[in-house]
Amino acid sequence: MKTLKELEEIRQRTLEAINLRKDRNGIRVVVGMATCGIAAGARNVLTGLIDQIRDRRIQHITVAQTGCIGVCRYEPMVEVYYPGEEKVTYVNMTPEKVERVVTEHLVNGSPVTEYTIGAAEKIH
Amino acid sequence: MYFYRSHVLVCGGTGCHSSGSADIIEQFNAELKKQGIEKEILVVQTGCFGLCEVGPIVIVYPEGAFYSRVTTDDVVEIVSEHLVKGRTVKHLLYHDSITEEHDIKSLDEVPFYQKQKRLALRNCGVINPEDIDEYIAFNGYKALGKALTEMTPGEVISTIKESGLRGRGGAGFSVGLKWEFTSKAEGQKKFVACNADEGDPGAFMDRSILEGAPHAVIEAMTIAGYAVGADQGYIYVRAEYPIAVQRLTMAIGQAREYGLLGNNILETGFDFDLELRLGAGAFVCGEETALLASIEGYRGEPRPRPPFPAVKGLFEKPTLLNNVETYANIPQIILKGSGWLQEIGTDKSKGTKVFALGGKINNTGLVEVPMGTTLREIIYDIGGGIPKGKAFKAAQTGGPSGGCIPVEHLDTPIDYDSLAAIGSMMGSGGLIVMDEDNCMVDIARFFLEFTVEESCGKCPPCRIGTKRMLELLNKITEGKGEEGDIEKLEELGEGIKIASLCGLGQTAPNPVLSTIKYFREEYEEHIRDKKCRAGVCDALLQYTIIEDKCKGCSLCTRVCPVDAISGQKKQPYNIDQSICIKCGACLEKCPFGAIVKG
Repeated sequence: MKTLKELEEIRQRTLEAINLRKDRNGIRVVVGMATCGIAAGARNVLTGLIDQIRDRRIQHITVAQTGCIGVCRYEPMVEVYYPGEEKVTYVNMTPEKVERVVTEHLVNGSPVTEYTIGAAEKIH
Repeated sequence: MYFYRSHVLVCGGTGCHSSGSADIIEQFNAELKKQGIEKEILVVQTGCFGLCEVGPIVIVYPEGAFYSRVTTDDVVEIVSEHLVKGRTVKHLLYHDSITEEHDIKSLDEVPFYQKQKRLALRNCGVINPEDIDEYIAFNGYKALGKALTEMTPGEVISTIKESGLRGRGGAGFSVGLKWEFTSKAEGQKKFVACNADEGDPGAFMDRSILEGAPHAVIEAMTIAGYAVGADQGYIYVRAEYPIAVQRLTMAIGQAREYGLLGNNILETGFDFDLELRLGAGAFVCGEETALLASIEGYRGEPRPRPPFPAVKGLFEKPTLLNNVETYANIPQIILKGSGWLQEIGTDKSKGTKVFALGGKINNTGLVEVPMGTTLREIIYDIGGGIPKGKAFKAAQTGGPSGGCIPVEHLDTPIDYDSLAAIGSMMGSGGLIVMDEDNCMVDIARFFLEFTVEESCGKCPPCRIGTKRMLELLNKITEGKGEEGDIEKLEELGEGIKIASLCGLGQTAPNPVLSTIKYFREEYEEHIRDKKCRAGVCDALLQYTIIEDKCKGCSLCTRVCPVDAISGQKKQPYNIDQSICIKCGACLEKCPFGAIVKG
C-alpha cells in the first residue's frame, strides 16, 4: 500500500520522464545529425548524452537532432540553448566530452569554454 | 522511468483504434528496433485527442509534431526522417498545425484547440491511460490525498456545492446538492455509482474519458465515497465499449495494487472499493432508476421518483449516482478549490462541457468548451464549418431527448438554461450538425424511431404514444400526410411529455416538437405539396430523364438494379416510375447530367 509520501515520489519521478509532452521552456540540446555529423560519430554523442541525462535525472530538458550546422569539419557538434540566453556551440564532441558538458553546463550552468567553437577557432 | 529524448504519442481512442492505430504502434516499435533507436524513443498509446476526423493521430514530442491520418507506410518515413535524422515530415503533418512558414504550432494554437478548454479531457491524449504513474505525475490522486487528510466529508461536499458544478449527464442538477442529500440520508450502508451507459446516438464523450483517463473517474468516485459515507461503488458501463471496459478493469487493478482502492486507503482508515457492471445496451438504462435496477440484476426498467436514489437507491440504500464527465471534473475542483470552477462558464452553468461533434461538419470529433460558448464558435471556429460550403440548417443537441436549433439561434451562448429556453437541452453532449441536404421531418422520424425501439414499455404514454407519433411521421414522409397531422403530433407530444414515467418518455417528443416549432413549413410542404425540399424522403421524389440531354448511351440501364429504365440506343431513355426504387444509381452514373431528382 502506498502512502502520500510514496505517491509524491512517484509523481516527481514520472513527471521528470513525461514532462517533455507539456514543457516547452526547458533547456534544449541539439545534436547535428546530418551525414557529416553521423560520419564523424554523432550517434555515439547523442546516445552518450541521453545516458548521462538519464543517470543524472536532469529535468526540463529536451534533446533533439538537427541537420547540418554548416561547419562540417567541426562535427560532431552539439548546441545548448538555455531559455533567453545565447546558444553555446560545442565542437568535435565525443562521448567523453559529453560527460563534462553534462556535469558542468547542464547541471551546474557553466559552459565548458574549451570545447566551444570559439576556443576551436582561436587554435586555428 | 527513463529519460527518452522523444515521445511518440499514438491515439488509442475507439475512433483511431478502428482506423488502425494498434498496427501503427506495432509498426513504430518494429521500425525503431530496426533503426536501433528503441531505447531513445518511447511509444505511448494515449486516449482521444478529439480530432477523430483526421485519425489515426500521432504526436511526436518534444517538437509537438502533429501527424494526421497516419498509415503504417507513413510510420517508416516518420521513423527514418523525424526520429533518426530530426527532420519533421512536413507533408504528413496536419495542415492546420503548421504556420505559413511551415513551423510547428503548439497544440493550443491549432484552430481546433484554440477555443477549447480541456478540463474533463485534460489528460486525454497526454498520458498513457494504462499507466497509473502517468496519471499520478499530472497530480492524479492528489485530490484524494487532500480530501482524506485535510478535509472533512462536509468540507468536500461544500466545496463541490460552492463550485456550482451541475450534472453533465443531461438534466443539470446541482452535484453538490445531490452529494449532500446522499450524505444526509439515513442509513449505515450507502453506495456510489457511476453512469457510464452513454446511449445517445453520436455521443462518445464518456467513452473517451474512460478510455483516456480512467483513473480520474476512480479517484472522483473514491472522493465521493468519502464525502457521502459509502464504502462500495459501481461503474455501470456499456458492454459495447470494449476498450473502455478493458482500461477501467486495468485501472481498478492498478489502484488496488497501490492501495488507492481497498482498505485503509493512504493509511487514513477509509475503505472503498469499486466494481464494474456491464450494461447490455438498453438506452433506458441510462435513466437512473433503470440503471440501478439493472445493477441489482433486474430488468432495466425505471420506477417512479420519489424516493430518489439519494434516499433509496441501490439495494434500497442511499445511492449517489453521477455520470462520467461529472466525476472527471471533481478531482480538479478539490485540488484548486470551488472558486476556480466558478470563474469558468456562465452565471448559472459553471465549468466546461464536452461535445461530440458529428454530422455535416468538417472536424468530426470531441471538443470541450467553456459554458457560454456559442454554437457558431463550436461549429465554425472549432468544427471548421460545414463540408462543401453547404448552408447550415440546424444543430441537434441532446440526442433523442434534445431538439433542433435553427440558424437564428446560432449565437446563443450554450448553457443548460439557454438550451432549455430554445426548446432543446444540453443532454449528455451529442451535437449533430445538419445542412440543407437534411430533411427535418426525416430527422425527427429517425430519432423517434430510436426512442420507439428503446422504450422499455412500462408506461403507456411512452410505449404507445411514441409509436403513434412515429406512425404519423412515417405517413408524412411517405407522402400520405393529411391536414391536421401536425396538430396531432403536437398534441400527442405534449401529452407524452407530461404523462411519461421517466426521462426517456418525457423528452422523447422533443426532436419532433422542436422541428415543428422551427421548421413547420417543411412539414407543411410534405403534407400539402408532397414535396421534400432536401430530397431525402424517397416517396416524394422522382427521377426523370431530360430528353434533350440524354444521348441514349444506355449506361443508366446497366446500373439500374430493377430494370426500370428502357429505351433504344442513341434515343432518349425513359424511367418507369412504377418500377423505380429511387436508389439514385442512374443519376450518379449519367455522364451527361441528363437525370434529375425532384
